[in-house]
Amino acid sequence: MAEKYIARSSAIASRLLGGEMMVMSIADSTFFTLNEVASVIWQAADGRTPLSEIVVGKICEEFDVDREQAQRGADRFVDELSQHGILLVSDHPMTDTSIPMESR
Amino acid sequence: MTTTLPTTAEETVSIEIGGMPIAVRTQDPSFRRLIENRYAGFVGTSRTSHLDFDIDLCEPSESALVDDQGNDELEVKIEAGEWLLKRGDFRARWNSDTGRGTIRQSCSPYAIDCVLRIVHSLILARQGGFLIHAASAIRDGKAFLFSGVSGAGKTTISRLAPPDATLLTDEISYVRRDGNRYVACGTPFAGELARVGENQSAPLSAIFLLEKGLQNRIEPLDATEAIQRVLRNILFFAHDPELVKLIFQTACEFASLVPIRRLVFVPDQRVWDIIH
Repeated sequence: MAEKYIARSSAIASRLLGGEMMVMSIADSTFFTLNEVASVIWQAADGRTPLSEIVVGKICEEFDVDREQAQRGADRFVDELSQHGILLVSDHPMTDTSIPMESR
Repeated sequence: MTTTLPTTAEETVSIEIGGMPIAVRTQDPSFRRLIENRYAGFVGTSRTSHLDFDIDLCEPSESALVDDQGNDELEVKIEAGEWLLKRGDFRARWNSDTGRGTIRQSCSPYAIDCVLRIVHSLILARQGGFLIHAASAIRDGKAFLFSGVSGAGKTTISRLAPPDATLLTDEISYVRRDGNRYVACGTPFAGELARVGENQSAPLSAIFLLEKGLQNRIEPLDATEAIQRVLRNILFFAHDPELVKLIFQTACEFASLVPIRRLVFVPDQRVWDIIH
């Protein structure tokens, strides 16, 4: 399966509150509250780190969860947020110029 | 930005809401009287203003007010460095650098009322404040907001207010940031009560999200739900990305400083027993 690289869109407003990340789409005001695990993925979404590496290095490490299960959860999360344009997804690393300034 | 009014002060009305004077100038005496009556209590004598608008009255049917598609939906955007505000009954321009603008509108109080709401919401957004769908009142020197969509009970709770409460508005509340606190100010933006609020202000003590129920009680809300609910009720007209981000951050700041609670209430006077 092709590797996924994820980056945060610049068309959002976000704020970390009590371990949960609140994210609002500027385009349609859709509001998401990310739990602790999702917040870790969100914060690691720099466009250059493969999703699988985020899963192994951050999720499995910090939350003591099985790799396969963590990957499935991460894929679902990425799919949902990318449908709202909140996460940008690519099958190759996103260069500095392709990542919105605010997401770096 | 503060401007000094030109010499023909008798043509000018200074409307001061939230401590921010906005001067409107019209050469039509009857429209001037209409404005003075509508904003009674909020008409100031200040010769300096935050903004200065020239009003150009025209017939409602005049083509200048309707776009090519006959669209009368509200539009608020930046065009050629100026804010452009338009709807079927008005077209306004405003330069935030010079503090001057024009309003071309029919002889209707609703048009200028809408322009004032938009202008205040845009200015407040940059100052960490906002306008919100909420009734508000001062009691014992503390301000309380009662927020909700149409039908939630804003007018009802206003109507039930005891004599010792000063009603700031039954429809659109004005919230200003003041250091590490927020202040609620009276507005002339009336709802079903059709009564202009008192031109007073007080530190904001709490905001209640209204819900009609079978008994009176106040319930806590978790922070994320509170922020979402507040955001949903903030008046915001421009879809400018930078301003939307500002409003989001403002709602988060607000929730960290002001208690946000759910107020379930029976529509009778006893609800005010738990508001203090």
